[in-house]
Amino acid sequence: MKEIKEYEKDLASIRTMMERSAKFISLSGLSGVLAGIYALLGAAAAYYIAQYPASPFDYRPYSLRDDSVVVKLLGVAAVVFVASITTGVLQSMRKAKKHDLKFWNNASQQMVFNLAIPLLTGGAFILIMLANGHFGLAAPASLIFYGLALILASPNTYDEVRNLGYCEIIIGLVCAYFAGYGLLFWALGFGVMHIVYGLIMYNKYDR
Amino acid sequence: MKNPFDHLDKMLEHRLRLQIMSVLVTNDVFDFNSLKEVLGVTDGNLASHIKALEKEKYLSVTKTFVDRKPNTKYKITERGRTAFKKHVDALEAVVKQTK
Repeated sequence: MKEIKEYEKDLASIRTMMERSAKFISLSGLSGVLAGIYALLGAAAAYYIAQYPASPFDYRPYSLRDDSVVVKLLGVAAVVFVASITTGVLQSMRKAKKHDLKFWNNASQQMVFNLAIPLLTGGAFILIMLANGHFGLAAPASLIFYGLALILASPNTYDEVRNLGYCEIIIGLVCAYFAGYGLLFWALGFGVMHIVYGLIMYNKYDR
Repeated sequence: MKNPFDHLDKMLEHRLRLQIMSVLVTNDVFDFNSLKEVLGVTDGNLASHIKALEKEKYLSVTKTFVDRKPNTKYKITERGRTAFKKHVDALEAVVKQTK
C-alpha cells in the first residue's frame, strides 16, 4: 500500500495531465496586449482614412460608398490581422519552448480548428456583405463572430478566453444597434479588450 | 464506501498508467508521440505500460501510416472509462478519510 501522500500526488497528476494534454497553455498574454495595440493603431489609421476631420465620437450617418476607401480599410484590417497572428504565434512558440512543450500539439491544433470555423464563416459573411454594399453591420459582425470563435476555442486554452468571447459578443450586439459608431466599438472590442485580457493573462500565467 | 482502499484499481495505482488514462479520458484520441511529449517519458517505458492497459482492455489501439511512418492512436474504452472513474472516486475517498 502506498502512503497517503502518494495518493494525493496521484490526484494532482491527473489534473496536470488533463490540462497539459487538452489545453494550449503556451498562449501568450503579452501577445494579446500587442494585438490590442495593433488594433488601436489600425483603428486610428481607419479614422484618418474614413472619418477625419469629423470627431471620432461623432455619429457617422453616411455609409462608405467610396470603393477606394473600402479597399484602404480592408488593407488596414489585413495588416492588423497578420501582425497580430504573427506576434501571437512567435510569442507562443517562445513560451512553449520555455515549458518544454511543442507549439503545434494536440491542444493547439484543436484550438485553431475550433477558432477557424466561426472566423472563416464570419469572414466570408462580411466579405459578402461588403460586396453587396451593406457596410453598416461589418464591424458588429466581425466582433460577434470573433466572440463566438473565442468561446468555441476556450475549452482548449485558458478560461479567460471564454470571458473575452462573451465581452466581444456583447460589444458586437451593442455596436449593431449603434451602427454608425462601428469604428469606436471596433477599437473597444479588438483594441482595449485585448489589452485588458492580455494583461490579466500575463499577470496570471506568464510571470 | 466502507473501505475505499478496496475500490482502488491495481492497474491504475501505477502513476504513469494513471496519467495515460487521464490524457485519454480528456481527449477523444491521442497518438503515441503526443503522449510521449505530454508525459515526458521514454519510448520503451510508455510502450510497456500502454501494452498493459491494452491487455486489460482499458484502451483500444488503431495503427495507421502517415507518410509511410507508423502512427499509432489510442482511444479509451467504456470499460477503461468506468475503471478510471471508480479509481478516482476511491482515490478521493482515501484522501478525504485521512483528513
